[in-house]
Amino acid sequence: MAFTAFSATAAAAPHAPRKRSWTALILLAPGIAYMLLFFLAPFIQLVITSLQAPADTGGIGDYVAAFQFSNYAAAIQEYWPHILRSFVYAVIATIAGLIISYPLAYLIGVRLRPYPMLQGLALILVIAPFFISFLLRTLAWKQILPSEVIGTDFSVIFGLTYNFIPFMTLPIFASLQQLDLRLVEAGSDLYASPVTTFRKVTLPLSMPGVVSGTLLSFIPMSGDYVNASREFLGSTSTPMIGNVIEASFLQTQNYPLAATLSIILMAIILVIVATYVRRSGTEDLL
Amino acid sequence: MKHFSLGKAFVPVVASVALIYLLLPIFYVIAFSFNDAGRNNITWRGFTLDNWTNPCGAPNVCQAFGNSILIGVVATIIATVLGSAIAIALVRYRFKFRSTISLLLFTPMATPEVVLGAGLAAQFLLAGVEKGIGTVILAHTMFCISYVVVAVKARVASLNPAIEEAGRDLYASPGQVFWRITLPMLMPGIIGAALLSFALSFDDFIITNFNSGTANTFPKFIYTSALRGVPAQANVLASMVFIGAIILVIVVQVVRITKQKRLARQ
Repeated sequence: MAFTAFSATAAAAPHAPRKRSWTALILLAPGIAYMLLFFLAPFIQLVITSLQAPADTGGIGDYVAAFQFSNYAAAIQEYWPHILRSFVYAVIATIAGLIISYPLAYLIGVRLRPYPMLQGLALILVIAPFFISFLLRTLAWKQILPSEVIGTDFSVIFGLTYNFIPFMTLPIFASLQQLDLRLVEAGSDLYASPVTTFRKVTLPLSMPGVVSGTLLSFIPMSGDYVNASREFLGSTSTPMIGNVIEASFLQTQNYPLAATLSIILMAIILVIVATYVRRSGTEDLL
Repeated sequence: MKHFSLGKAFVPVVASVALIYLLLPIFYVIAFSFNDAGRNNITWRGFTLDNWTNPCGAPNVCQAFGNSILIGVVATIIATVLGSAIAIALVRYRFKFRSTISLLLFTPMATPEVVLGAGLAAQFLLAGVEKGIGTVILAHTMFCISYVVVAVKARVASLNPAIEEAGRDLYASPGQVFWRITLPMLMPGIIGAALLSFALSFDDFIITNFNSGTANTFPKFIYTSALRGVPAQANVLASMVFIGAIILVIVVQVVRITKQKRLARQ
């Protein structure tokens, strides 16, 4: 939803009146200072940490500033299966989420449009999971699913898909809600089959929602470490890159490794997202 | 026509399955809040109201819950004030680095939480700040600001500037225009942003885990007790939040619809 909102409001800005800029400065300064201090600076710190070398003392968690770029090669060499697994899981779960979410969003945004009360109720049902702890919901699947399935690739992807259905459904709903149904009618008047009409009219017009939804699911999915952890739906054969980052930061205190893997994760996401957005022809979304 | 009828059935069937998929774990969590489980709330052992009459019965669960509320409230207040101010400035004023600032606010939403969490933890480590409730509040405020800006920006952009102009024409000072016209009109957006911000903070686990040290929160409590079995009291507290939020949403919806109907009649 964030992506949709971002693009929608950016367009309204040119009407803004020019005013004395010190007011703007007063409004902006505290928040921007906060973001520089607690978002940008930590990000830079992450890059610095990723290049650190172990200290001579050899103590756990002791590292010194260095420019040890070999950290990256070493991390990739050792953890490429985890990196690969994360993105394979995220891609499959995103596609599964799309297949489940699109009909749901279509039902609410198009079929239920003449019935506002039902539409409102259906929307509440989609948002409902946000109001109950996502850890408890994920844990519930551990008990609901057959125990033979728990700890497999399937259960982790199942959990990831589940966690991000609302993030997929809501943006697609938002764009389908704005779909002009006369265009769909026009398609069938021109003897297009329902499938052709869907492919040529409905789907292209809902693409902004599809792009937002897939990004809003894919990005957090690829960094998730709850579903794949042994306490939840994973096992020793399913760790994702998030699990490695968590364990190396909080347990083994190998801060450079955690930082290196974080930067690698971020870089791969950036490349995938940039390629995807360009391919889907909705560059103006970002 | 055969295709068409097939399509007609396809959408409701898949959508119903999707809704069951979404809601089944919620029913499970609520049902198991009534489980006569003792310490092991994994298998069903019979119905009881004991957990509901004594939601703080399990060790640490209410303390963790209280911490989560405290963190959520403080982070929401700071993020809503800072974020709303930014949103107003971004829509209303022209200045240098406008798109850079937008990018700075937008990037946290497009960054996996594990990266945000690790970055902040690395920073606190370097600065020698001891991790606890304070560092969790700092972390939550950071990502909440982004969401507040997005939510409030939409509201500011949809405001009709003519109403504020009318205020100025009637000799209201800039301060009076802001407090008596602009802010009240922005309120629905700001309240919505605050609720979103609280919900995000309250349910956050990934960033919290990196920055909380020994301080406990409700999601962290669930995570650490997952292996031994989460006590039924956690289900009770989560169900209370769920039921409260659903009632709140329904009340807001009903108020909105009756307001619209009243306006339509006039």
